[in-house]
Amino acid sequence: MQLTGAQALIKSLEMEGVEVIFGLPGGAILPVYDPLIDSSIRHVLVRHEQGAGHMAEGYALATGRPGVAMVTSGPGATNIVTPIGNAHMDSTPLVIITGQVSSAAIGTDAFQECDITGITMGITKHNFLVKSAHEIPRAIAAAFHIATTGRPGPVLVDIPKDIAQSMMEWWYPENIDELDLPGYHPVVELDASAVERAIALIKLAERPVLYVGGGTLKSHASQQLRAFAERTGIPVVTTLMARGAFPDSHPQHLGMPGMHGMYAAVTAIQKSDLLISLGARFDDRVTGKIPAFAPNAKIIHVDIDKAEFNKVRFANVAIRSNVAAVLEAWDAAQVKPLNLEVWWKEIDAWREMYPLVYDEPSDEGLLRPQFVIESIAKAATPGTIVASGVGQHQMWASQFWKFEEPGTWVNSGGAGTMGFGVPAAIGAKAGRPDRVVWCIDGDGCFQMTAQELVTARSEGIPIKVAILNNAYLGMVRQWQEMFYDERYSEVYLSPDLPDYVKWAEAMGCVGLRATTIEEMHAAIATANSINDVPVVIDFRTDSSEKVFPMVAAGASNDDIMVHPLQRESK
Amino acid sequence: MNSPEPFLGATSHTPVRHHILSVMVENKAGVLARVAGLFARRGFNIYSLAVAPAETKARFSRITIVVDAESAPLEQIVEQLDKLVNVVAISDIAPKDALERELLLATIKTNVDNRTSLLDVVGSSGAAIVDVDAGSVTLMLAGTPSACDELERELENYTTIELHRTGRVALPRLGKAASATIFPTE
Repeated sequence: MQLTGAQALIKSLEMEGVEVIFGLPGGAILPVYDPLIDSSIRHVLVRHEQGAGHMAEGYALATGRPGVAMVTSGPGATNIVTPIGNAHMDSTPLVIITGQVSSAAIGTDAFQECDITGITMGITKHNFLVKSAHEIPRAIAAAFHIATTGRPGPVLVDIPKDIAQSMMEWWYPENIDELDLPGYHPVVELDASAVERAIALIKLAERPVLYVGGGTLKSHASQQLRAFAERTGIPVVTTLMARGAFPDSHPQHLGMPGMHGMYAAVTAIQKSDLLISLGARFDDRVTGKIPAFAPNAKIIHVDIDKAEFNKVRFANVAIRSNVAAVLEAWDAAQVKPLNLEVWWKEIDAWREMYPLVYDEPSDEGLLRPQFVIESIAKAATPGTIVASGVGQHQMWASQFWKFEEPGTWVNSGGAGTMGFGVPAAIGAKAGRPDRVVWCIDGDGCFQMTAQELVTARSEGIPIKVAILNNAYLGMVRQWQEMFYDERYSEVYLSPDLPDYVKWAEAMGCVGLRATTIEEMHAAIATANSINDVPVVIDFRTDSSEKVFPMVAAGASNDDIMVHPLQRESK
Repeated sequence: MNSPEPFLGATSHTPVRHHILSVMVENKAGVLARVAGLFARRGFNIYSLAVAPAETKARFSRITIVVDAESAPLEQIVEQLDKLVNVVAISDIAPKDALERELLLATIKTNVDNRTSLLDVVGSSGAAIVDVDAGSVTLMLAGTPSACDELERELENYTTIELHRTGRVALPRLGKAASATIFPTE
């Protein structure tokens, strides 16, 4: 069967089971958009290519399947660089298709030419510049294989226009050997001796903590984690990337560790004698000052990527594996620490003394952002997916929303990409139309990517957006207040410019505003009753609210600052 | 590149703690850029680097990299390199087990006064003269990096028009296998 390269590309995506592509056409990718008309694959037409990338990420995080985005060459390709970098930091499986100028024009500074494989070399897991139509099936199959195996990540496939237009005899790789990847070996056998050495450490531990990272979600190990935690009684913390991997309602869950982590979670790690890291990477937002991080703990480090071992912290036992396989092996061995009663007594005292708190909600002044999030959570259907931007609202969402299952928290962790929330929520909803999807956003973030609500409305993707509008770049404001003598530099945004309600309406969404507690509850109820179009609520929140607990950047986790309400008692 | 003296065939570059990585890569466009880019973005230093097709099949090339194991732990350098999809195998050769060779080419100004002494230098260093004209000679030395360093020092007494060094290539000494071969081709 003779096909054009473009037809072969679309057929290859169908072979990989792609159900939706987020994209925007342009000159160099034009040939590929023609056979797309005849394909069963849904295409979501974005308003900016950055939106396509973040939607693909939201889709991947909510469904566990790779997200796919397609854009044209030059500015189309550079506009999607931020999502690629974001996905690289958070190990999110993406396949990005970019059009490229014709082979003969490459290197001539042709119209809309850019070296996108060069630009993304350091922020993709791998990328390909396809040199012939015959190679398209192999490149696509290899892209999906690389994106989804081992430590997942973004893979970019760059396709020159003439290659998309030229003819090929259709074929598709039938097995991994045909992918021609002699240097790629994502799967390794579990090292039984390392598993045994870890077991020996677990048996002796008196103050162990399960430090659960995003790799636990990526390897679908939630059930194994729960079984292991419950059988051993070991306390669990879940990082920002792992929220939902272990139920927040579970009595063994201490919450999120790190810079804005729960006091008990941070302190339990600090005082632990054994830290069992499951798909976490000792990020600086978790460790604080590295030499002061968990100074008495031995480390068991489980990761599929062995480059993570000893990168930040020496591992007493390193096990290269997906998390699920290790937990199963430990469970088979029935390993268990002797007695954790004393340890739990200490932890419970911390939990009791320093729970999450905020100032009493009141109608004097503006809304408390934490109260808004708690109120949305309380009124939400179980299984609601929450996406967020980056900043204070993200930390509050992670703290105050109670996550019970994997795939319900969609956020930008490692890269900290403002503007992630709205498009990521749209991608999540496109992948899980059965779920309610809330985007908890900040006013600064919302302004970066809000145009994608036009996409959401026109494509029939009814998400709900809560803007915690404090008229500031809130997290920067918080740092300027705390560490720059309240000298506020370029952080004020105005609560009324833009008019978020009119803006939402102009984009075909329902726009609501809430300034009082009563209006807040009413707006949430209205939003929950609308399921056909996107809803945007402008919550007017108090800009003086700060995220606590907090460990200052570069400080030891021992110097955690609790909420002012809790300070006298400390 | 972060190296203080990258690719310059620099003199007296005796690193405090260098290691030789022999990296087998797929012979594809852009692979050298991937390797070099990795070193740059992770802050690993390269002392020298040499690339050529490998002995086995045309589809592989061998990159010999002398790395500064003080700029980053060797384990990190190797593991990060290994994550590059086009990297097929990495052997780490400890300096004491390595047979290292490098090629030096230099064009030196000559006149009646210094020609004899220059020929003495050539003779004693084991170099060879590969080109001559009225006012200059081009000489060549294939030898150990320290022999090349030594010759370069001797040549400081003359006027050098141009001097190039290739960067070293290495094999393990017979009976001394590379200490660690990561992910051999299957």
